Amino acid sequence: MPKITKASLGRFLAKQGILIAFILFMVGFTLANERFLAPENVMGVIRSSAILGVMALGVTFVVISGNLDLSVGSMMSFSTIVVLDLHDKLGPTLAIPAMFAMTLCLGAIIGFLVGYLKLNSLIVTLGMLSAIHGLTLTYSGGKNMDIADKEGTWFSVFGQGELLGVPVPILLFVGLAAFLGIVLSKTPFGRKIYAVGGNGVAATFSGIRRPRVVLGCYLVSAFCVATAGLLQASRSLGSQNTVGQGLELEVLAAVILGGASLLGGSGTIFKTVIGVLILGFIQNGLLLVGLQFYAQYVVTWVIIILAVWLDIAAKRGKLLSPIA
Amino acid sequence: MTGQSPSAGADAPRTPVLRLEGIVKTFPGVRALDGVSFDVLPGEVHALMGENGAGKSTLMKVLGGIYQPDEGQIIVGEKPVVMTSPLQAKATGIVFIHQELSLATELSVAENVYLGELPKRSFGRVDWKTLYAKTNEILGRLKVGFDAKTRVGDLSIANQQMVEIARALTVDAKAVIFDEPTASLTDAEKVVLFDVIADLQSQGVGIIYISHRMEEIFKITDRISVLRDGQYRGTLSTAETNEDEVTQLMIGRKLDLSRNVSHHDLGDVTIEVKGLSCGNLFQDVSFQVRAGEVLGFYGLVGAGRTEIAETLFGLREPSAGQIFVQGEEVQIHSPADAISKGISLVPEDRKGQGLVLGMSCRDNMTLPQIEDLKAGPFVAEGAEIAIFDKYRDNLDIRTPGWRQLVGNLSGGNQQKIVIGKWLSMHPNVLIVDEPTRGIDVGSKAVIHDLIRSLAAQGYAIIVISSEMPEVLHVSDRIAAMYSGKLMRTFTSDEVSEDNLIQAISGLKSDQAAAA
Amino acid sequence: MASGMLSTFLKRGAIWGFILVELIFFSIAGEQLSLSDKAFMDLDNMLLLFKQSAPIGIIAIGMTIIMINGNIDLSVGAIFALAAIVLLDSMTWPIFAGLGDWAIPLAWILALLAGVLLGALNGFIVWKTGIDAFIVTLGSMLGYRGLVFIYNGENPTSHLNWTLVDFAEAQWLGLHTATWFLLGATFVIWFIMNRTVHGRNAYAIGNNREAAVNAGIRVGPHMMINFMLIGFLAALSAVVFYSESGSVNPNDGELYELWAITAVVLGGTKLTGGSGSIISTFGGVLAIQLLRKGLGHIGADTETVNLVIGLILIAVLFLDRQLNIKGKEELRV
Repeated sequence: MPKITKASLGRFLAKQGILIAFILFMVGFTLANERFLAPENVMGVIRSSAILGVMALGVTFVVISGNLDLSVGSMMSFSTIVVLDLHDKLGPTLAIPAMFAMTLCLGAIIGFLVGYLKLNSLIVTLGMLSAIHGLTLTYSGGKNMDIADKEGTWFSVFGQGELLGVPVPILLFVGLAAFLGIVLSKTPFGRKIYAVGGNGVAATFSGIRRPRVVLGCYLVSAFCVATAGLLQASRSLGSQNTVGQGLELEVLAAVILGGASLLGGSGTIFKTVIGVLILGFIQNGLLLVGLQFYAQYVVTWVIIILAVWLDIAAKRGKLLSPIA
Repeated sequence: MTGQSPSAGADAPRTPVLRLEGIVKTFPGVRALDGVSFDVLPGEVHALMGENGAGKSTLMKVLGGIYQPDEGQIIVGEKPVVMTSPLQAKATGIVFIHQELSLATELSVAENVYLGELPKRSFGRVDWKTLYAKTNEILGRLKVGFDAKTRVGDLSIANQQMVEIARALTVDAKAVIFDEPTASLTDAEKVVLFDVIADLQSQGVGIIYISHRMEEIFKITDRISVLRDGQYRGTLSTAETNEDEVTQLMIGRKLDLSRNVSHHDLGDVTIEVKGLSCGNLFQDVSFQVRAGEVLGFYGLVGAGRTEIAETLFGLREPSAGQIFVQGEEVQIHSPADAISKGISLVPEDRKGQGLVLGMSCRDNMTLPQIEDLKAGPFVAEGAEIAIFDKYRDNLDIRTPGWRQLVGNLSGGNQQKIVIGKWLSMHPNVLIVDEPTRGIDVGSKAVIHDLIRSLAAQGYAIIVISSEMPEVLHVSDRIAAMYSGKLMRTFTSDEVSEDNLIQAISGLKSDQAAAA
Repeated sequence: MASGMLSTFLKRGAIWGFILVELIFFSIAGEQLSLSDKAFMDLDNMLLLFKQSAPIGIIAIGMTIIMINGNIDLSVGAIFALAAIVLLDSMTWPIFAGLGDWAIPLAWILALLAGVLLGALNGFIVWKTGIDAFIVTLGSMLGYRGLVFIYNGENPTSHLNWTLVDFAEAQWLGLHTATWFLLGATFVIWFIMNRTVHGRNAYAIGNNREAAVNAGIRVGPHMMINFMLIGFLAALSAVVFYSESGSVNPNDGELYELWAITAVVLGGTKLTGGSGSIISTFGGVLAIQLLRKGLGHIGADTETVNLVIGLILIAVLFLDRQLNIKGKEELRV
């Protein structure tokens, strides 16, 4: 049996800390309010986290490859507006693939700029945040978008439907998470993402075509954003043209909470899902124990700082930073 | 062994400005410094020599307070001191001129010279007048051609070095340590540097001069101390010794050239390079390597050796020339192209270029061929583990298991992972750049034997090394590089230390004589 | 060396060249297309431009020093909103009721103090935990915004003080109050960064952190001071803006961090730290506002502004990289 030392305990906490925190949260909230773990409550939380969650899956790919994606929020607004607009022009059957194609084009542009031209991803996606926002406003003529016949369309099935008693958004989120989780952990593409994020130079020296891998990650991210846009549009069948504004940083918070390092090379889909669920359950739990809705932001802040601090403190073996 | 030799001009006993006594520093698995003792007299230039990995840089980090020694003490003047930081080392009068300059290039010369000690006026304002005046005074002493207000980033490397030296002069320096100061200087710039050193000398400052360049050492130093494998091997008076004696102290044995004779038959030409050039990095390089042969590339840092390897591996675009693999001309534009032609590279910076330290041993080893190891759309983990097991046994890699992160292995085992990574793909050509950099002595021999046995198995191998014994030991032929040009290729019968050194120093007389 | 200096010169002057191009373009295009018959470079128009640049401009000045230091601050928008609430709400506090207009300076001080404290908290966490400033301020962006909402829910916080509005709307020597604050902040921060020991050390830390540490410069306190400065400036921006408008929505200031970073990057400051100039950021702020006004002037939809700015940001990044590329033989990694 390995001996439990302070260092090994620290490593264990750092590795599984987020899971432990999650369990502690669930236990705490359940004790405070027995309704917390009721199936319909749990289902409700996951359902309302689905849009953020789907976007976080894609951003996880980008972050593991060592880049950032700040454009997902405004890209989601774009997808939502486009699919709503095309719904009435082309019908849902054509609108959905057309919207996916357009969103993937945006992802390809970012992937090209970051992967092939090797531009800084923070600034590129910051620029794209602004540019896509402008594109959406221009496309929508500055107006909100609504489906004309809200009763007579099957389009609402993605956001509002149920299958075997489970809401479709949950099925999409869980299904996409499982699929992308397998892609990341079991396929050569996934392996290359970790290599590129862990040490891009060594990956290049091993014959990996880094630009392609980076492009691939941004395409995955764009696909997830398109799915999120579909969920959003289908849920409300109408939307403001700024619906995704600010989501980019909340999504990133969920990914970081899941333990992915912004330096790249670490993180998993499973942990990101945990990060998303923590955010969702904190919000719900705090409401159930009678706190304000917005208290969740403050709690999230504290948790993010503590989670990342614990992680790096365990790695350096000291609680406080060596900065003089 | 000479031990503590009498000082250069010791008419009266002088107090050393700096004395090291029995310094020991160990890292997990390595005894980096093992009882190092020597002293530096006022007004003396004291050379510190040793091969890469002999412990020079560790010793400097101990002197600079970056590492704490496990045993032994540092005595400045007559007081033992405990160095805790570079800042404190500077306060006690020990100043470093680093090989990699530590300057803030966006700031002015004056701000760099007084970095951390800017003179203040009221409200926290910088006292520019005093700052510029003091700096210009120091620059005047150094007789440089730029002034205190110049932005450091606009200066040449040589002048940036002068800024570092000026920084050393802001304190009452007792000892100044130069780490490979001439590595990137032209001959004219060297003259200026040596003048400055002579000037410091005349002011009674003690100087430690670290360099590989024998010519400079014999020109400007008074005594030479030698380290080998972390151990102090003695101090020689420069006037009373010669290059052979110093080399022998550094290497520790008479060179055994007998072992580099090939004991197997060579096959066909595997790789041939004709007139390869890459901008101003190297020009018109031609050579060929046969199956079963080891071609060594020897030359100073910056001679273009690594750049040739990088070009062959598709990391740089050649400006001219042709590359043939097994008789066919190939176009290589990326590492993936090179790998598909059977060219593989074990890079010089193992941790930065060779390995993803945060990934497991297995994942690192199978990285280049991960696309080929598929079962359906998935990675075939069984096949991966089989490859890892095979090369762990073949190369004798010591690791608890394939899950172990590469970052936790020793340098020698890490290098074997990189070599195994390529061998598992059965390449035609294996290029190994600095095969034993940062690897402890015991493992060096293992890597050398491995290279020889790979040659015996029929691989065509190119070894690049800065260590002469290493190239002599493992190579069938040796290509000597100087300033981007391949000066001459020696067979093992022709090569000697002398003609090799002459070739890499750009001296052609011997070549002419031999031709 | 000559070519190096030339490209440095080009890069430093680039933002002013860009502004000049904008002015010429919009003046000429305005002649052809303008819906109004006023000239683009009309004096009133230009004065307004300065005034409208102020809120983001003051924050961008602060972002410059953070980025020179090698950090980033994503929480400025939330600090902006929180300081605005403190400003407007504190004027209605019963304790201040008897003070009449003397409540105004007190409210200002409270708001600015709030900004400094929030900035200090960011800086302290970065210093003591060693967490990257990006993550720390990403967290506090959420946290501070949460505080804003907790304060007054989703309702706007309003208080109009006509003395204050008169002050904020006034023009002094032809320039609006807000413009004076922008110019003042620019000058003071320029002075701090170029003339004080703190400023020069901040440059050194961003430029070569190891060298700075080895020279005994204490990285932590300098970073914390800079975070306090940007907190102060975010609050100052709020104070200037809300003195006039008198009403703050809890979402106000959202995305300000990204606008500020855009202006700073356009001004040529590098994300890696060590180089950058306050004056160029001022130029970056003007360039963005000019673009906004100019596109409106030639009758383009205001929506296209975001599109154009985003594309320009990426183009600037691309050009900067092309200027720094060494040649074909460069290592391809």
